[in-house]
Amino acid sequence: MADQTLSQNAGEVRDAALSLAEKAAQLADSLADGAHNMADGAMNVAASGGVSATVMGLTVFVLACFVGYYVVWKVTPALHSPLMAVTNAISSVIIVGALLASGPVDMNFSKIMGFLAVVLASVNIFGGFIVAQRMLQMFRKKK
Amino acid sequence: MSENLSAFLYLVASVCFILSLRGLSSPDSARSGNILGMIGMAIAILTTLASPMVLSYTTIIVGILIGGSIGTVIALKIKMTALPQLVAAFHSLVGLAAVFVAGAALYAPGAYGLGTVGNIHFASLIEMGLGVAIGAITFTGSLVAFGKLQGIVSGVPVQFKGQHMLNLGFGIALIVVGIFFVATESHTAFWIMVALALVLGITVIIPIGGADMPVVVSMLNSYSGWAACGIGFTLQNNALIITGALVGASGAILSYIMCKGMNRSIFNVILGGFGGEAAGAGSAAGGDADRPVKSGSADDAAFIMRNASSIIIVPGYGMAVAQAQHALREMGDLLKAQGVKVRYAIHPVAGRMPGHMNVLLAEASVPYDDVVEMDEINRDFSSADVAFVIGANDITNPAAKSDPASPIFGMPILEVEKAKTVLFIKRGMAAGYAGIQNELFFKDNTMMLFGDAKKMCEEIVSHLDG
Repeated sequence: MADQTLSQNAGEVRDAALSLAEKAAQLADSLADGAHNMADGAMNVAASGGVSATVMGLTVFVLACFVGYYVVWKVTPALHSPLMAVTNAISSVIIVGALLASGPVDMNFSKIMGFLAVVLASVNIFGGFIVAQRMLQMFRKKK
Repeated sequence: MSENLSAFLYLVASVCFILSLRGLSSPDSARSGNILGMIGMAIAILTTLASPMVLSYTTIIVGILIGGSIGTVIALKIKMTALPQLVAAFHSLVGLAAVFVAGAALYAPGAYGLGTVGNIHFASLIEMGLGVAIGAITFTGSLVAFGKLQGIVSGVPVQFKGQHMLNLGFGIALIVVGIFFVATESHTAFWIMVALALVLGITVIIPIGGADMPVVVSMLNSYSGWAACGIGFTLQNNALIITGALVGASGAILSYIMCKGMNRSIFNVILGGFGGEAAGAGSAAGGDADRPVKSGSADDAAFIMRNASSIIIVPGYGMAVAQAQHALREMGDLLKAQGVKVRYAIHPVAGRMPGHMNVLLAEASVPYDDVVEMDEINRDFSSADVAFVIGANDITNPAAKSDPASPIFGMPILEVEKAKTVLFIKRGMAAGYAGIQNELFFKDNTMMLFGDAKKMCEEIVSHLDG
């Protein structure tokens, strides 16, 4: 009787130990998963400097708006026409995007659009800066 | 080139751009500022070319050569009186380039590190959508402005019933399709968005009249900046974001200055309505046609000015149309040689773009220290012997100060009526752009000089010489 109880208990203990081991293994697995995820996350965070690229861009954007505001109010009204020509030329820095699109070796739809954008932006860059320079050459002091 | 190095070089380029605008605070520093702008652009382009994403250079070099030579030839050949339409045309190109770049990013997101087709990041889609919509509006809007300034499209405001509702409808449709595009990355939705924005650009600008073009051109200048910004967000490129914000802020400030110069809100200008009143008010003003005005000849004008000690010249768009700036400068030089103090007074909205008059006078070699802005010169009119108005009208109308019923009431004006004598060159007695009669014509101290601005100046010059 006592033997039977003992072996029964031993069986229960063995079962419990087995399920405990199983749980431990699961826990270890999930821990490993977690660690892996955390490492992934850390890598993402490291890549984007802690915040998303959009928020970083927004930071730069808002600060640049303020810089623009104060710099442009300082521009003398006499030079507002050259100001338009210069801003027109520098807004063509959009050519950066066009260059990346026309960069790949293979010809495809995207590369054609990139090429067209390069042409348009170049017209603006050269035209804008040159016409601004022409205007500015004319502004002279009293002789 | 490592990403850090290129990001640093883009920063250098952005600083160059900021300094180039800073240079424009005085004509002395402006030229070197412009050179800095060119250097900044060269840095930005070379940095991009050195990036590992750019592998083939033939297409790029061909593109730059084609575009560069077109731009150079246009910029060297253009007449200074045609500047406003040139600037409008250039804005349209930036807009179209933004559309192409956004399209390229949509079809080959890999080239920009935005993911793969069908899996472009959510934020990138929003930025792309904004960039392409603003770019397309800038493109067609600037084309319409160009057409109006060049005289291809009528400068008269085109207005019809339900116009604002139609624009609102297009605007809402654009937003709905835009949301659908961001949610699905559907290429069809992208092109529908482009089409809607292109139409919207036309319908928004077409109701605005010719004399409001300074505001429109500044506004489109601003848009072209915001479009560059949108693309900058898509490409996560700080140089584009910074430059776009600078240009956007610049255009916005210019629009504000122009609106203030007319005492109108930006909404009032965009929603039009000013030109519509013009027809009615113009015919009402017709009742004044038989009131007596004093008119004189070039000889009379030469006599009055020779005996003056201080003259203020007030140029307007009519001077640009008649190409009278060189004859005018000659007149001014002769008077100065005879010991008369000659200055030029500039109203903020004189001409068809901000600073238009200053450039034309500079072209005719008028020294810039003789050219004075409205706020500085207004108090000097009362001590001036002669105010010489050439090709301007509404910006001198005293009704803006005295008549609360006048459509231009509240608009700041050049107070020419305070001068001892007002000489007013005009082709005929027609009302100005705003369609309002100018009380100045009927004042005792006003002498009308009827004729073409350029011819009149040349005649005065011949009498001064003799």
